[in-house]
Amino acid sequence: MKEETPILEVKQLHTHFFTKAGVVKAVDGVHFDIKPGETLGIVGESGSGKSITAMSIMRLIPSPPGKIVDGQVLFKGENLLNKSEKQMRKIRGKEISMIFQDPMTSLNPVFTIEKQMVETILVHENLNKQQARNRAVELLELVGIPEARGRLKNYPHEFSGGMRQRVMIAMALACNPEVLIADEPTTALDVTIQAQILELLAKLQKELGMAIIMITHDLGVVSEVCDRVMVMYAGKPVEYTDKKSLFKQPKHPYTLGLMNSIPKISAKKEKLEAIEGLPPDLRALPGGCSFAPRCSQATEICLTTDPVLIEHGNNHHVRCLLYEEETEKVVSE
Amino acid sequence: MVKYILRRLVMLIPVLLGVSILTFSLIHLIPGDPAKSMLGEKSTESQLEQLREELGLNDPYIVQYGRFAGSILQGDLGESVKSKEDISIEIMNRLPATMELTVFAMVLAISIGILAGVIAAVKQYSWFDNLSMTGALFGVSLPIFWLGLMMIWFFSVQLNILPASGRISNNIELNSITNFYLLDSIITGNWAAFKDVLSHLIMPGVALGTIPMAIIARMTRSSMLEVMKQDYIRTANAKGLARHLIVFQHALKNAFLPVLTVIGLQFGLLLGGAVLTETIFSWPGIGRYVYLAVMGRDYPVVQSTILIIAVIFVIVNLITDILYKYFDPRISYD
Ligand SMILES: Nc1ncnc2c1ncn2[C@@H]1O[C@H](COP(=O)(O)OP(=O)(O)O)[C@@H](O)[C@H]1O
Ligand SMILES: [Mg+2]
Repeated sequence: MKEETPILEVKQLHTHFFTKAGVVKAVDGVHFDIKPGETLGIVGESGSGKSITAMSIMRLIPSPPGKIVDGQVLFKGENLLNKSEKQMRKIRGKEISMIFQDPMTSLNPVFTIEKQMVETILVHENLNKQQARNRAVELLELVGIPEARGRLKNYPHEFSGGMRQRVMIAMALACNPEVLIADEPTTALDVTIQAQILELLAKLQKELGMAIIMITHDLGVVSEVCDRVMVMYAGKPVEYTDKKSLFKQPKHPYTLGLMNSIPKISAKKEKLEAIEGLPPDLRALPGGCSFAPRCSQATEICLTTDPVLIEHGNNHHVRCLLYEEETEKVVSE
Repeated sequence: MVKYILRRLVMLIPVLLGVSILTFSLIHLIPGDPAKSMLGEKSTESQLEQLREELGLNDPYIVQYGRFAGSILQGDLGESVKSKEDISIEIMNRLPATMELTVFAMVLAISIGILAGVIAAVKQYSWFDNLSMTGALFGVSLPIFWLGLMMIWFFSVQLNILPASGRISNNIELNSITNFYLLDSIITGNWAAFKDVLSHLIMPGVALGTIPMAIIARMTRSSMLEVMKQDYIRTANAKGLARHLIVFQHALKNAFLPVLTVIGLQFGLLLGGAVLTETIFSWPGIGRYVYLAVMGRDYPVVQSTILIIAVIFVIVNLITDILYKYFDPRISYD
């Protein structure tokens, strides 16, 4: 593990949506940090608040109805939540970049990729058009697009899904960001293409040294590329540790459930155990632990007492009453 | 692209054939004897026979149509029953006035409609949104003649700041080159004429442009709202682009596609609206020409004018389709 100071620290982040039907606590106490060159995984089922966490960091929460109601996002020690919109625009796409799940819809269909790449470069870098164009070609070559210069004038629909995601990555890396947030970058792609994209990201990280926040619902992806992991459930972090400890000693029943639902080649005959039940309604969270209704190990007390994130073992944080008697150090609340 | 346009032009042939058959049939579809309805109840049998002879109404339909189509192809639209003037020449004299009015109305409708629609969408539920969309709702339901008369009453009669009729004042000299007066006054640098022509254009332009403006504004708003939710707008935001670039480039170019379809249709419908507007404002264009011809039962004139309007409609649609392909790179030319 690298012992550098974190480039990004998210502290007690709370992002809520104030809808007519009630307050949706989409992100409710997310807490993590990431060091330069490191890859942090954020894992959880769909709707657990992963994307909203990412959008909160970028300060791109649609408001109304969304609002970051509490917490800090420290980027190089400065709280992004105190920045003006103008200051944020200088950070987005330059210091913190993002790529998204669906490369089919994330590029603007009516502009050439040249226009879309060059405009990003021109907003952030002091280059002229020709230099920006050359830089775009360089980037496309970097992400492995064949005959890059000839493809500048192409429109997104003229690329395959995997190639489009490469274009997205090239665009995100245009200004050498220090943090790249990848929000389910391979979910929409074929399995073979998925592997290629993950490999590409790993290679680029080695070359360029940026930190990556890898958002995924797939523990398989985590096992391949992440250094550390935060598992999220219903807007809250439930387990937060390094990858090795997570796979060796998963603590939270939810994490265990996720692991049991990964298909294993060695256990072909065993039935895949998806976690039973559905994620809770974020507008009306049950009292107590929000996972309790689906938890096979839940007891009476879980339905009434909300656990806090505690450190249980070396740098292994878990939010579960099963571990609370042996509380060593409370890090949350 | 060129191939596509050529193919579309070839495809126009059957459309125009259909249009010509329809306008030709017009005269025969009207109940009663066409000659009699043109000359009136008091006409004598010899007058009627003379007109039938003149118009060839005694020949079989197929022969009549052949003659009709043949002369159209030579640019000959026949002559007016009433004034005996050559219809082609009359239409050519009036067409620029109508084109200038409709283009002016459309420029007004497109620029204000799109701007209002974009602002309303970006500031959804704001006072501007509510005000402009309520206005648009009124706009689509306003009868043109009522709006026209109210404007004349207010701006010409009460305030006396805008002329109530015509294209240009009698005391203004203007060398016609294109017969588009606004253009001519710019070309010749005649600013007195420019001001005068513009003041004549404003009220009929507004009367004619209000409905398409309202429709374009509503369409732009809903299209923009849809587009602003798209993933590529989120990408544009995440890249750190400025708000105006995102709204007016990334969003508007996508949102414009459905608006363009509406613009094409409205442009065609405008030619219908021109009949009313030109009549109210005594605008010397083909709208007023066809109105007077209908009132005077001058069928050859009605026939020819409708044919011309239909052809313009078809051409406008063609241009819209070509523009559509220009704006949407996903559509292939094959
Ligand atoms: N604009 C919004 N209004 C209300 N609720 C929202 C909005 N956007 C997201 N949410 C809620 O926030 C929760 C978390 O969403 P998200 O972060 O996208 O989940 P995921 O982990 O799948 O990325 C979801 O339950 C969703 O319903
Ligand atoms: Mg998501």
